[in-house]
Amino acid sequence: MTTPLLSVRDLVIKFPTRHGPLTAVDGVSFDLAAGEVLGVVGESGAGKSLTGSAIIGLLDPPGHIASGEIYLKGERIDNLRAEDMRAIRGRRIGMVFQDPLTSLNPLYTIADQLIETIRTHLRLSEREARKRAIGLLDDVGIPAASRRIDDYPHQFSGGMRQRVVIALALAAEPELVIADEPTTALDVSVQAQIIDVLKEQCTQHGASVILITHDMGVIAETADRVAVMYSGRIAEIGPVREIIQNAKHPYTSGLMGSIPTLAQEEDRLVQIPGAMPRLSDIPPGCPFNPRCDKVFDKCRVHRPSLIPVENREVACWLYEDAEAKGAAL
Amino acid sequence: MTEFSAQLDTPLIQVANLSCVFDVSKPWLNRVVERESKQFLRAVDDVSFEIRKGETLALVGESGSGKSTIAKMLVGLLEPSAGTILFDGQPMVIDSSERMMELRKRFQMIFQSPYASLNPRWKVADVIAEPMVVLGVEKDSAKIQARVGELLELVGLSAADGAKFPHEFSGGQRQRIAIARALSSNPDFVVCDEPTSALDVSVQAQILNLMRDLQDQLGLTYLFISHDLSVVRHMADRIGVLYLGALVEIADSKELFKAPQHPYTRMLLDAVPDLEMTGRQRKEVEGEIPNPINPPPGCTFHPRCPFANERCKGEVPHWTETRTGVVACHGVEEGRIPAAEMVR
Amino acid sequence: MEAVSNFLASDLFYRFRKSPVAVLAFIVTAVLVLSALFAPLIAPQNPFDPGSLNLMNGFSLPGEPNQFTGEIFMFGTDDQGRDVFSTILYGLRISLFVGFSAVIFAMVLGSVLGLIAGYTGGRTDTIIMRIADIQLTFPAILVALLIFGIAKGITPPSYRDEVAIWVLILAIGLSDWVQFARVVRGATLVERNKEYVQAAKLIGRKPMAIMLKHILPNTLGPVLVIATISLALAIIAEATLSFLGVGAPPTQPSLGTLIRIGQGFLFSGEYWILLYPALTLLALALSVNLLGDWLRDALNPKLK
Repeated sequence: MTTPLLSVRDLVIKFPTRHGPLTAVDGVSFDLAAGEVLGVVGESGAGKSLTGSAIIGLLDPPGHIASGEIYLKGERIDNLRAEDMRAIRGRRIGMVFQDPLTSLNPLYTIADQLIETIRTHLRLSEREARKRAIGLLDDVGIPAASRRIDDYPHQFSGGMRQRVVIALALAAEPELVIADEPTTALDVSVQAQIIDVLKEQCTQHGASVILITHDMGVIAETADRVAVMYSGRIAEIGPVREIIQNAKHPYTSGLMGSIPTLAQEEDRLVQIPGAMPRLSDIPPGCPFNPRCDKVFDKCRVHRPSLIPVENREVACWLYEDAEAKGAAL
Repeated sequence: MTEFSAQLDTPLIQVANLSCVFDVSKPWLNRVVERESKQFLRAVDDVSFEIRKGETLALVGESGSGKSTIAKMLVGLLEPSAGTILFDGQPMVIDSSERMMELRKRFQMIFQSPYASLNPRWKVADVIAEPMVVLGVEKDSAKIQARVGELLELVGLSAADGAKFPHEFSGGQRQRIAIARALSSNPDFVVCDEPTSALDVSVQAQILNLMRDLQDQLGLTYLFISHDLSVVRHMADRIGVLYLGALVEIADSKELFKAPQHPYTRMLLDAVPDLEMTGRQRKEVEGEIPNPINPPPGCTFHPRCPFANERCKGEVPHWTETRTGVVACHGVEEGRIPAAEMVR
Repeated sequence: MEAVSNFLASDLFYRFRKSPVAVLAFIVTAVLVLSALFAPLIAPQNPFDPGSLNLMNGFSLPGEPNQFTGEIFMFGTDDQGRDVFSTILYGLRISLFVGFSAVIFAMVLGSVLGLIAGYTGGRTDTIIMRIADIQLTFPAILVALLIFGIAKGITPPSYRDEVAIWVLILAIGLSDWVQFARVVRGATLVERNKEYVQAAKLIGRKPMAIMLKHILPNTLGPVLVIATISLALAIIAEATLSFLGVGAPPTQPSLGTLIRIGQGFLFSGEYWILLYPALTLLALALSVNLLGDWLRDALNPKLK
């Protein structure tokens, strides 16, 4: 078996509070193959951004990895010293955040920032680095890149800034790009452009992508596989197309039904009653059980782990038999 | 909505030539030192439309399109620079005259952020009762209390929730509280300014369903403001598309999605991610919204428009009647724009 | 009762319990405030009742029996046989009364002006805030001295001692309103654009009602912090003025007045007449200031 590019094993992230620790991410495991685009989707508080931050070692204290492991190409990275992690961040893992202004330093020109990133990680002369920087900006669709490279971040529009951030993320030819809500702050018409650029550029540079978003539409357009998160756990993970068209987990299917689409004609949207529980009162058993219309006794007591169903995995007791059958065959 | 179809033809809201100009100049001293002239932002530029009783008109646009400015003018939170707003035939003015206070009972607004729209220091019951009390809809405190309880139950909360503070509720529940407040003075007309854009999808569905149910139940008329076409499709009877402060197309909701006329409308529709995985080929969307302080001359959309010609660059387009509604586009008027594909 | 249990369960109280400095500062402040409040019950003598004084007790050493009368005074006595401990208790009353009153006056004035400036904006805002800016360029103590001087000039001499305390409060209060105005204006500028204020405007609420019922309660957090820190500053300002001889009159001595009187005895060796009032002032100002600092940190969401 080939080693996956990224492997997350039983990741648990906790926040200490005065009422005891809160578990924000609880036993998340997934693998990412080289060149693959994995979408991580979930509602606010589902733990999707925390998972991303944990991978790049940028969890905001007091949040911390309580247990679990993260491997990049078989090499464990979750317990590295801060400086070793810094060498990986930017060089081997690139980042694109929601607000481009947080990734760009307003005091330096785009050229300064790109060239610095390139030269920190690659052995290139100033001139070569500049040439490479212009090439990167060209690739992400910045018109007149050779002239605009000397502009400051505030001289760019929101969409253009996000393109610069993508160029910056790819500057050191990373193996993995983590994009956390890259289009949320942008206008609808610009969103589509940025998704296209992100996907196209990452494919071209051969980088795998973890795309974290609350927007199923963005995932549908971009990802190969999708992990649906709920209350800090993965509810369902598998190929995007199949999950969108035929969700297995009751939460996923409810979520899909609740998204208004252009095609649908019906009057009412499917709605899941209630809301995701607060971290302080996640129910025992399956965290979705109080909102689930297919709930039975076992769901209220035992927590389901990911069960392989067809070519995906679902954390739902409904599919326990499927596993047994699969084993029998 | 069908019960109210008899009244559909009387416009409840008539907006004519509405404009709003903001002075965005630097302070006087800076202008003198830097030799700059005053700068103005035309947030809303000569917008006219009607909303019929019992219908939902949606205004769609991206940032800078002026949609929220229009919403604010319609409920008297902002004074128009020009143009008139008639509410059931009566002019809207920003004052505290008795006539206006009487009129204020009839319109309300649901805001975008459920976190900022409820005073964090007020109990939920007081928040909901405020419009009732201030507008004098109900004076007896026992009746007010009973009505608050009814309203809370109407929006899917329990009457006992009135004793809590807003921070004890989730985003979706807070938006329900905001809806209860909006209904407390028994309005006919509710302006909904991006009511679900701060919410998660599964909660958004609850709120949208609730708003539709309330419309059917209470015969409300909605102005629905959004940037999200798929939400708008779900809510609206008619849709107005705004670009840089001006309306570019108004059409029947279904028709707009089947056969969008204005190139901007088509572009917006193309930008909506394809969730059905139909393999619909998306057209590359061009460019970004220009700076509204110095909008392009002629048709403001011409720099991004694949069909623009010399006329579009110099001449402001006027309304052209189409099969589905009205559109402001030289290309449509001249018939040189290919018919939209009717794939959806 | 519910409010009390809510407070005991609140994050604020939790953070308070976890901070030994805050707890200590609170205890010191509470002890000082309580002893000032109950001074007539605690003090061994009323230092301002000539009948209770015995000249023979003059210059008693602290903690030692007087050589003539054999009475023991914990903090010693002054030249007239006044018990220093009692004068401190009565002095604390004046200091705290002036401090609290001046801060309340500054808080009300500053909050009202800040609310108006922030909510109305435009020319009103410019005028109020320019006055504030101008006042801020002078040291507060100078402003207080100026106001005190003017007030003294216009009151007839026979009333001077009676109104001195009130003039002191006015002077310190007027020199201190600016920071309240600035903080409240800043908070008002943020709050007035929030949607709950729009919702209130929409139903035709008058600006006054919006300011008082909606905005003001949401600016109280920072105001409370400023008020606590101001209290320490006001107590010191009062002490400074009294030390300079322009504050509390000798008939109603505050801690500052006691220090001024005490320094006259310093070089003849009767150190205690100066030392104990000064230590009390130090303890009071320091503990109130520490409480204010802690409160500011505890209420600052960025530090959570």
